[in-house]
Amino acid sequence: MNNEVVAQLQDVTKTYGPTTALDAVTLDLRRGELLALLGPNGAGKTSAVRLLLGLASPTAGRVSVLGGDPREEAFRTRTGVMLQTSAVPDTLRVSEHITLFSSYYENPLPLAEVLRIARLEALKTRLFRQLSGGEKQRVLFALAICGNPDLLVLDEPTVGLDVAARRAFWGEIARMRQTGCTILLTTHYLAEADALADRIAVIDRGRVIAEGSPSLIKGHGTLEDAFLALTQHEEECVA
Amino acid sequence: MNTFQRRSRLVWTESRYEILKHLRTPAFIVPTLTFPVLFYLFFGVAMGGRGMGSGATMSVYLIATYGAFGVIGTALSSFGVSLALERGQGLLQLKQATPMPLYAYIFAKLASATLFSSIVTIALFVMGTAFGGAQLDVSQFAMLFATLVVGTIPFALLGLTVGYVVSAEAAVAVINVLYLPMGFLSGLWVPIDFMPAMVKQIATFLPAFHFGQLALSVIDMPIRGHAALHAVALIGFSLIFLATAIAAYRFDRRKNYA
Repeated sequence: MNNEVVAQLQDVTKTYGPTTALDAVTLDLRRGELLALLGPNGAGKTSAVRLLLGLASPTAGRVSVLGGDPREEAFRTRTGVMLQTSAVPDTLRVSEHITLFSSYYENPLPLAEVLRIARLEALKTRLFRQLSGGEKQRVLFALAICGNPDLLVLDEPTVGLDVAARRAFWGEIARMRQTGCTILLTTHYLAEADALADRIAVIDRGRVIAEGSPSLIKGHGTLEDAFLALTQHEEECVA
Repeated sequence: MNTFQRRSRLVWTESRYEILKHLRTPAFIVPTLTFPVLFYLFFGVAMGGRGMGSGATMSVYLIATYGAFGVIGTALSSFGVSLALERGQGLLQLKQATPMPLYAYIFAKLASATLFSSIVTIALFVMGTAFGGAQLDVSQFAMLFATLVVGTIPFALLGLTVGYVVSAEAAVAVINVLYLPMGFLSGLWVPIDFMPAMVKQIATFLPAFHFGQLALSVIDMPIRGHAALHAVALIGFSLIFLATAIAAYRFDRRKNYA
């Protein structure tokens, strides 16, 4: 990990009609790190992700990914994404989905490598509809990494998984980290952030209210205590 | 591999899996392929020898009109239902976060619609000539085939409009509400000359009517009006649906990607 900034929200505000999803947010993502973005429902995590992926435009401020505008195709070739609400056709096989998504990228990882990282070797001939919830998440993860991305964005990748499947999924993320990929992870599971992240940013009501290493955020307690203290303190201030 | 080769391979791969996906989906295959063929079995083969004046027979006439009916269904389903479902399940958004160009996605759907339209047309021709006593020479069939395949375009654009506007849950219902009455009122199920005067008047405002008449004209079947006018009407509908598809796309962009 070094200090080179791979992706950046610079004083970014995003509004949807009267609702302010992000309020003058500045956030850096440095090469090789895993940054966990935490926050309660509706805090603005998904808005930040959509801006970094070029799926939305900022109302004010600047978004840059790998030195350019994420809405341009050239920068999307170096980004992989796993979105919270997406599914792929039930009637294609695991290897077919990966082959299809790999064709979008200039320098994709070999199919065997993607299957290995996502632990899908034994499932490669299965139709998507024949997979369990955890296996489906692993396929979506495989689609996110198949382009050999410099930046990987995982938007609540383990939501809905049982504890064992979630812990197993952490292994896939760790294997991807070994390739030197920079990762942005949004999650509701504080243990997930604690186990995986180099840095944590806590976002609430569209503002970054804390940022630092897991140990810095936690202080002498648990991450859950720190998170509750931060977000409840915010509520009191608003009240 | 240069950029052109990579793009070509991307479009080919997208098209291949779009077709494979539909081939493995009975809910797509059954209505789009079997309905026109079954209709033809009931009416084209069963009443195949029945004359329609001017030396035309029902078995030949219905190859053109059920062919048009099948092509419309394929185009509306490939674009309208498929796009609405993929928008609803987040697949389109996921793909738009990748470097996949939108034209590859549209081309793949067009390739799929064209392939299934071709299968319907060939199946009707084979059934008509083998079991219905239809007499069509190869050049007539080639003209009919080309007309039906090109005729996919306006209905694909209509499907695109619907796919961008309606929800995944409503897509099948909306497409069926468009498809089935339009097919009936355009004389694709029952020859338009057998319809009441009011239906004949309504038909002139429907793209499927002009499509059916154009398909009939290339196999020398009796039609209402002049073939060139039906071609112009279809081009006009294509332009209208192109404009609505672009407007629907922009509406979707503003709503979901602003």
